[in-house]
Amino acid sequence: SSNEHKLNFKKSKEACLSYIQDALLQKQWKRAAEFLTCYVESLEKDYSREHIGPSEMIWRIGTEILWHHSQSSMKEFNCFIEQMKTLGVKRYLKVCLEHVFHLLLNGQIDEAYQNLSLAESWRFGEQTAIQDKEMKLIQAYRGLLDYYSWSKQKNILLEHGEDGFSDLAVEQEMHGYFRKAAVNLKEIIKIPGVWDVFVKCYVDLLEFYGDHNEAHQVLNEYAYNSKFPANPNAHVYLYQFLKRQGESKKSLISALKILHDVVPSHELMIDFNTMLQKSKKRKKRRLGLEVIFTALDYAGWKENAKAWSCLARQVKQIVISEKHLDWIKQEWSSRKDWWPAFHFSRYLAKRNWQENKSLSYEKALVAGLLLGKDCKYFKYVSHQGCKAQLKRFRMLKKFVNRHNLVYLRISG
Amino acid sequence: RDFNERCAQCSEVNWGLTDGGGFYCRSCHNVIERTREVVNTDFITNSRVQTISKGSKKQEKNEGGCEWYVCEGFQLVLKKQVEALEALGVHPQMKDEILCNFWRCYLQKSKQAYCKRPAAETVKTLSVCESSTDVDSDPERPSLLHLLSLSESEGDLQTDCSSFVSSVSKVSESTSVYSGSVDGSLYLMKNQKEKLRMTMPMTLSFCYMALLWMREPITLSEFLRFVVEGHIPYLNVFQHFPEKMKLCGLDLKIFCVESWPVYEEVFNKMHELAAYLDLPRFPDITESCFLHPDMLCIKYLMEANLPDELHNWTCRVVKKIGIGEVDFLTLMPGNKSTRKVKYDVLAAAVIIVVLKLLFLLDDHYEWLLSEFAEERNKNNTEVCIFYSGGPYFEFKRWYEVVKHSLDVKQKKLDEERAKCLWRCEKPLFYSVKKKSKVLKRRQMVVNLQNQFGKLSGSVQRAKKPNPSSFQLSWSEENTDGSCFHGHSLKGVLQEKCGLLTAMNPDYWLCTVKLCNEKLCGHLAHYREVEFPQSYHFVLGLFSFLLRIQPSYIHDEVCMIEHKLFNKKLYKKLKYNTVLRK
Repeated sequence: SSNEHKLNFKKSKEACLSYIQDALLQKQWKRAAEFLTCYVESLEKDYSREHIGPSEMIWRIGTEILWHHSQSSMKEFNCFIEQMKTLGVKRYLKVCLEHVFHLLLNGQIDEAYQNLSLAESWRFGEQTAIQDKEMKLIQAYRGLLDYYSWSKQKNILLEHGEDGFSDLAVEQEMHGYFRKAAVNLKEIIKIPGVWDVFVKCYVDLLEFYGDHNEAHQVLNEYAYNSKFPANPNAHVYLYQFLKRQGESKKSLISALKILHDVVPSHELMIDFNTMLQKSKKRKKRRLGLEVIFTALDYAGWKENAKAWSCLARQVKQIVISEKHLDWIKQEWSSRKDWWPAFHFSRYLAKRNWQENKSLSYEKALVAGLLLGKDCKYFKYVSHQGCKAQLKRFRMLKKFVNRHNLVYLRISG
Repeated sequence: RDFNERCAQCSEVNWGLTDGGGFYCRSCHNVIERTREVVNTDFITNSRVQTISKGSKKQEKNEGGCEWYVCEGFQLVLKKQVEALEALGVHPQMKDEILCNFWRCYLQKSKQAYCKRPAAETVKTLSVCESSTDVDSDPERPSLLHLLSLSESEGDLQTDCSSFVSSVSKVSESTSVYSGSVDGSLYLMKNQKEKLRMTMPMTLSFCYMALLWMREPITLSEFLRFVVEGHIPYLNVFQHFPEKMKLCGLDLKIFCVESWPVYEEVFNKMHELAAYLDLPRFPDITESCFLHPDMLCIKYLMEANLPDELHNWTCRVVKKIGIGEVDFLTLMPGNKSTRKVKYDVLAAAVIIVVLKLLFLLDDHYEWLLSEFAEERNKNNTEVCIFYSGGPYFEFKRWYEVVKHSLDVKQKKLDEERAKCLWRCEKPLFYSVKKKSKVLKRRQMVVNLQNQFGKLSGSVQRAKKPNPSSFQLSWSEENTDGSCFHGHSLKGVLQEKCGLLTAMNPDYWLCTVKLCNEKLCGHLAHYREVEFPQSYHFVLGLFSFLLRIQPSYIHDEVCMIEHKLFNKKLYKKLKYNTVLRK
């Protein structure tokens, strides 16, 4: 048992690593560098059985330190990365790719492009096949940079167009970039993954050149192919595309359905509710109510006047028509225990009134109908509103008074 | 010239010497392995002249290297170590006489030199060194993996060896590829039962044994601390081997260390060695000796910042239980009945027992006494304090001051351990094939060390601090009252029948029954949660000073307590048995 406390190479390097980790977490770059200096001799030992070997550790830790350390320059950083590239052939492309990211962060787009091209031409026996995924990513990012160049050319062209000039050379260049970008972007989005940036750029290209079918197909695949990881953004992109294309409300609604399931607090829920409310189909209107109630369950929506106005409008409409009060009852049953404290406290009444009169108006309407005219929120706001002689608050008071018994029916 | 044995092959007595110094029979040209005894006592490489007939061929292969044996390597290591000790102030006699003789004795006993090689080994050596094209044909030759699995696995070195093994698929050269030394593979293969095989940790045991024989004022824990601090060559000593002594392959397993040896390891090995060498009784450890508990207690009391007055008490305890007796303290090799004495741990344990006697250390009483002392100190004026022999010793203040310093030092020590550098400039490679790769890696490591070293800011790697005997020091000149040496124990003592005794009437034993050390390695089993925090603290303090696990100090404390309260315990047991009847 005395051997457990024996200090040996492995233990001292483990301890060293934990000191490095602490220093990194506390952003003490000098201290991290100090311990890393002692750690690097691990490279001289064989760790082939470990999951993460010292060469990978040193690469990642060294990158962090050099990136953040005040006295470190980009030149030093690049020099270090070049060394790291020689350390592990199995990681070569990964190191290249992350190097490119850093260059991009530093605004060195040309250098990044050069590195990507260089990496693309790398061949190393069977490693090339093994690192196929990284290669595809490298090609994809080069495609992205090509898109960026295309975009610049396009803007130049548009400017010249405004001025009445037409520039054939720029146009040619632009098309050239388009071809290069499209090829690579198309490839990467075939592989299941999260490719928001690539998809957006590719769709942008397709739309510009008028290939709307292809764009639609790409977005559909991205959103609905079950092999791809669930990604709310995919649905957002599809929706935005369909909207740009002027598609029917029906298809717009269907595009947002999954988004509501996955991210009920998404900002597009307002659009969604607005469309659903206006629908002729009862089911859709019912869904609309659910959507807006659910959205307001989230703290981030508490002060969203637009959302409250949607809810208020729909609730008001239902109350006036006296049809489907059971819908409100259903939605309210799971919320009546906590929404009063969450949304309709006296404190909030005061605050909302002070900060945002429209917000307080909408909320008061909802509160008055759901909790009755004697509830704290409604009482306070309507009183304040009438005191301030604002017409709509007087109207509000009248309306709620008229429908005062509704709350009894829905809380039943 | 005086070798008169008959040749095994032709029965003639007609011997000649080869160039390499080996004996060959002039009649039938039979070559045997016979050592030519060395008369001088210089520690030079190749002082042992033993070569094998294929000598010249080998030298070509080794690219300017020479043949060297493993024990020659160890001899060099010991030489370096003892020179370092001399630089620290140890008497030169240790190097010239003591250690030298111990080593020679060892070589003789283990039949590595100064003796006739047994015939069986001769045959084996020859067969191992013959070049063979087919490795598998020799059934006697052990596989490399087998060789590597022998001897305690040094963790990572094991993995290195395995990767090396896998790269050596078919060997068509002689076994010199397995090691730079001549007998590297043979060395690892040796039967460990009869002979005490030399290892790097054992070099420290040799040194300490010599230090003990000379009764030098250095304890084992101190010695080992100097080793870790780099004042005694240990890690990477091989880089001081001469150029022509090439190290590779299995030599690495023998000479490269990747862990710091612990006290128990060196201690036990030393005793094993003393018995193996059939050494006589060591020079007496008397009262005036540094290693005597009375002396060591003075040192540790000072270092622990405890009042000098406590020394009276430690002496009393030492006397009462007889651990100050010459026969108890002096090492008698081979005597299995007496418990081996760890001088430093013993002294520390005595101090802890005394603290328990006076302060109880049950997490209550010592704080009570401290409050009491604090009150007294508040009321006394400075003049009073001066005349009455120092302020009352307050346990609480002592605890705060010492804990603070201890925490700082412990933190520093932990960081030092994490920053330990194990490699050196001299490259290590298992086979010549890997040499370029190893050198490239080394170059990269150096580059990275430079790059990140610059970014470490003003914190450059501090030079090795000078070796000091005291890790914690307290000065009476400090006006903040952080030195407790001169403080008085009168707050915790009372006079009874003309004798000073402790006010504390109680005592708690660490354990009622001692374990059988031979079975489980400990006299008692220490678990922090089962003991008071104050006890744990003092254990921790000495654990830090001695760089040893608290459980070992705890064992000594138990041992002392059982000696001290022997009669009471015996009575209790007797009483219990009577009751049961």
